[in-house]
Amino acid sequence: MENSLYAAAEKVNPLVPHTAELIVGAVAFLLLFLVLRSRVVPMFEKAFTERTAAIQGGMERAEKAQLEAQRALAQYNDQLSTAREEAQKMREDARVQGTAIVEELRVKAQEEAARITAAAHASIESERQQAVTSLRSEVGALAVELASKIVGEALDDQARQSRIVDRFLDDLEKSK
Amino acid sequence: MRSLFRLSGEGEGFVPPSSNDFELPPVFGDNAFTTKPIILVFLSVILVSVFFLLSSRKAAVVPSKLQFAGESIYSFVRNDLGRDIIGHEFMRFVPYLFTLFTFVLTNNIFGIVPFLQFPAMSRVSFPYVLAVFTFVVFHYVGIRKQGLIKYLKDIMFMPGVPKPVYILLTPIELATFFLVRPLTLSLRLFANMFAGHLLLLVFILGGEHLFQGVLGLKLISPFAFAFGIGLTFFEFMVQCLQAYIFTLLTALYIAGALADEH
Repeated sequence: MENSLYAAAEKVNPLVPHTAELIVGAVAFLLLFLVLRSRVVPMFEKAFTERTAAIQGGMERAEKAQLEAQRALAQYNDQLSTAREEAQKMREDARVQGTAIVEELRVKAQEEAARITAAAHASIESERQQAVTSLRSEVGALAVELASKIVGEALDDQARQSRIVDRFLDDLEKSK
Repeated sequence: MRSLFRLSGEGEGFVPPSSNDFELPPVFGDNAFTTKPIILVFLSVILVSVFFLLSSRKAAVVPSKLQFAGESIYSFVRNDLGRDIIGHEFMRFVPYLFTLFTFVLTNNIFGIVPFLQFPAMSRVSFPYVLAVFTFVVFHYVGIRKQGLIKYLKDIMFMPGVPKPVYILLTPIELATFFLVRPLTLSLRLFANMFAGHLLLLVFILGGEHLFQGVLGLKLISPFAFAFGIGLTFFEFMVQCLQAYIFTLLTALYIAGALADEH
């Protein structure tokens, strides 16, 4: 048994290479290298590049959509604030206009009032004149009646009566 | 007691596996090119080529399962071994690293594939060849990048070191770059595969031999087989690890040659 072990160790040194194996190792490795380099690596790299591009493209699209949305929002906000401003301006205008209308109406009403007052004054004056005129004739009759009663003298005679009255009135005028 | 554990009834002793078990005769013909390791190496080239050609054929943006499997291995080598170690110039070296990794891995795993069951990398010639390729690649890259004179000067006279230290450092650096690196690279791979295969042989042939012994030995032999199976899983780990380490070190050497200063 010891003999065979010793013999085995003597026979083969595992560190000594074989020419055939060296040649085959080099040829096989180079063959595999050429196949992998020319066919496999470019295909995998192509897949990687395309995948990266696809992912990046997706992200760019999403970014673009977001930008679009942001722009739309800004535009909307702009429009909203413009509309608000317009509404504010319209309210302001309406207020100013309202004030003007009220003022105008007030002036008109005052004018109307003044007009009515003036008309009233005029009619009162004319009524007074009328009253004065009628009063004058009535006062004359009354006074004559009274005087005839007092004097006891009937002044039936129309002509005389009116003469007396005229005289009296003339006296009044003169004494004035 | 002694008779219970006698190896064999007929007195025919157990021959432990040796390096002779790695010297396989030609499978057919009488030719140095038809031995099992050589056939396995060619088989690995065919298997790896076919697998990656099929998985990369469509190169779709949304990968199929097969494409995903191929891509996973490729992107592992490309990103973890290429990009992260070599840096921005890594793409030039990805095909080489990728070939190295898949070639070594497949030939290693042959060691535990049923019926094949022989790691081609336990034949020292193949690791030698690969180490020579790596040796040529990283020196060539360094010389191309920095010029022959500056490259050699940087190796021999490491900048920022006091002058007298060069007496010690220069021989060490020269030996490292031109002798130790390729030797350790190839021998590490070879020795791991060699020892792993030898271990499996010991436990499985030993278990078989024990089973042919007397009753007491028959009872022990299942343990030897169980250990052999456990070691097979362990071997799988070592085979993957060695393929990774070979590629990783190649990438590191290339990165070192590309760097302006060591």
